[in-house]
Amino acid sequence: MAKPDDGSDHRIEEARKEWETHVLAPALKRAPEADHPFTTGSGAPLKPLYLPQPSSEATYLERVGFPGQYPFTRGVQATMYRGRLWTMRQYAGFGTAEETNRRYQYLLRQGSTGLSVAFDLPTQIGYDSDDPLVSGEVGRVGVAVSTLHDMETLFRDIPVGRVSTSMTINSTAAILLAMYLVIAEQQGLPIQALTGTIQNDMLKEYIARGTYRFPPHPSLRLTRDLFVYCTKFLPKWNSISVSGFHMREAGATAAQEIGFTLANAICYLDIAVKAGLEIDAFAPRLTFFFTAQSDLFEEVAKFRAARRLYARLLKDRFHAKDPRSMMLRFHTQTSGVALTAQQPENNVVRVALQALAAVLGGTQSLHTNCRDEALALPSEESVRLALRTQQVLAYESGAANSIDPLGGSYLIESLTDRLEAEAEQYIRDIEQCGGMVQAIEQGYVQRQIEQAAYEYGQSVETGSRVIVGVNKFREEHEPEPETFLVPEDTEQKQIEAIRMVKRSRSEQKVQESLGAVERAAQTDDNLMPAILEAVRAYATTGEICQRLEHVFGEYEPILD
Amino acid sequence: MGKSKPSDVAIEGIPPVSEQEETKRIPERVLIGKVGLDGHDRGAKYVAHILRDAGYEVIYTGIRRTPKQIVETAIQEDVAVIGLSLLSGAHKRLLKQVMDLLKDRGAIDIVVVAGGSIPSSDIPVLKAMGIAEVFTPGVSSQSILEALASLLKARRQAA
Repeated sequence: MAKPDDGSDHRIEEARKEWETHVLAPALKRAPEADHPFTTGSGAPLKPLYLPQPSSEATYLERVGFPGQYPFTRGVQATMYRGRLWTMRQYAGFGTAEETNRRYQYLLRQGSTGLSVAFDLPTQIGYDSDDPLVSGEVGRVGVAVSTLHDMETLFRDIPVGRVSTSMTINSTAAILLAMYLVIAEQQGLPIQALTGTIQNDMLKEYIARGTYRFPPHPSLRLTRDLFVYCTKFLPKWNSISVSGFHMREAGATAAQEIGFTLANAICYLDIAVKAGLEIDAFAPRLTFFFTAQSDLFEEVAKFRAARRLYARLLKDRFHAKDPRSMMLRFHTQTSGVALTAQQPENNVVRVALQALAAVLGGTQSLHTNCRDEALALPSEESVRLALRTQQVLAYESGAANSIDPLGGSYLIESLTDRLEAEAEQYIRDIEQCGGMVQAIEQGYVQRQIEQAAYEYGQSVETGSRVIVGVNKFREEHEPEPETFLVPEDTEQKQIEAIRMVKRSRSEQKVQESLGAVERAAQTDDNLMPAILEAVRAYATTGEICQRLEHVFGEYEPILD
Repeated sequence: MGKSKPSDVAIEGIPPVSEQEETKRIPERVLIGKVGLDGHDRGAKYVAHILRDAGYEVIYTGIRRTPKQIVETAIQEDVAVIGLSLLSGAHKRLLKQVMDLLKDRGAIDIVVVAGGSIPSSDIPVLKAMGIAEVFTPGVSSQSILEALASLLKARRQAA
């Protein structure tokens, strides 16, 4: 790639020298460049100008290629948004199942094309709403689901056969998926027809997100059980969403986001293979989840680099044959950390920019954040504005009309190459640690992220990175923003709902099914059938987790 | 528990704690912790880092500590300050529990500060509980260090 391989490249090189001497140098003399460093959002240095790479047709075909074809740099579908727009999927959930059900109905009426369930922290970690340990946390950051009864309320009048549902649930993924399957049965839908995604990505919980309950090995056994069950019975369901989002939001750079996420994917693929699943039966149902931050070009290049690197991994390392196994399909959420509490209306602009990056990067589905989310959960008006932002992009901006519209940009192709190479190096570093589980246990990944977050914070503090309204263009007196408040009686309502369920269920059935869960946990059998039975008997999320904890123990993180 | 030696790197403009006093003294101990179930620790780790850089001895508890664990650790480690980060919206309930436990244990001389996504309408409620300072998103390291220095000075004068 270094040497010009034909006359035209040579002429460009000559012309560049000419331009530097006769045009650029005098211009710099008259007015020098600003004296701050020019970097990407992740802090990587940028050249003032990117030029055509000395290239050949062979490099294009091998590294860029066509959409819907290996290595998928330009997108996973041949038609991309000309065939079907991305799924507009807003992450939502708060308070009781009743209130969240109303929010879902509202979102669907406003033109949302998929649902994304936010569960509260007790549910995510496996505690019931009436557990004294979680007092004050019920319904705060998502909806509380302690029993099948709550799940029934959550999906009341929502035909699960007609929406695809994504569930952000990890430690307790098997339990919440089991509840969703029972809802499908109740609605008369064969579970084989269900479409949706379960996050089921435990590794990033230990690294960045923190909703772990059990130690890594039993957690990954639950992950494996879900892989096997979904591959067998839910052919249209994504059994995992490998998530770079939370690591990046915790401070990782764009290259680390790709590298750590794909290193996690390698670990999951190894688990699936070890469980006896054919790579081409399992890999097509593995999906990804990334953030979109505000540096449009770095983010677009990130998505393209991730697709290419993943395709290569699947082909070369896992010997996949089916092109669908090599496709990195992903959901994007705009960045939470990029939102500012100061001048919150500026967030509308940031979200639009980030959403554009996701679309230009070829996302399969998208959540746009709301302007008030740095302060509290979003109000209904700001949820609508966030959705409208996607609709403007889809129907007015032109971004959906041609495939990979930034492909071929000198800058974008160069950033794509660089991010791919850097991400691959992180994957090698993690292999040096002995794989991802060991890298986490050694604190390697956490340290990398903490250091990057520190450097980012320092760049804001010194002013070398400008955040509008925060360290520049501030307002002296900001009006008090109105924030959405989760109803105060949520916890009480939930406690009553659990009491009601416990009075009406058969205690004998519950105890029998819980005993079966505990016995299955002691063996190496797939836990899903036993969990399904327990859920059907209206055993609670907390009761099932307690039985699992008897066998698995509780995770206690090691601090540096 | 994560302990570190105080470093002698100072944040620009803020002298290390040891130089702020006429007489050299042992660096003050600060507990930085996450209470409740929320795992967002970017802010807590960042604050721990800048406090270490400024010369404090920092004990970082990690995420998902109960109010009881926070108070026990604070007393065991003999800290002057507890700094708690909360982003889940559960701040009122959890901070009240921490303050009540400190009172029960007769450790009300420990200065408690909080940070995170806390609506400004809740700040007077938290202050009424005895939370000395509440840091909201976008606050600079410098403001945190200045606030801490003056709270500690007041604490020493009261002792």
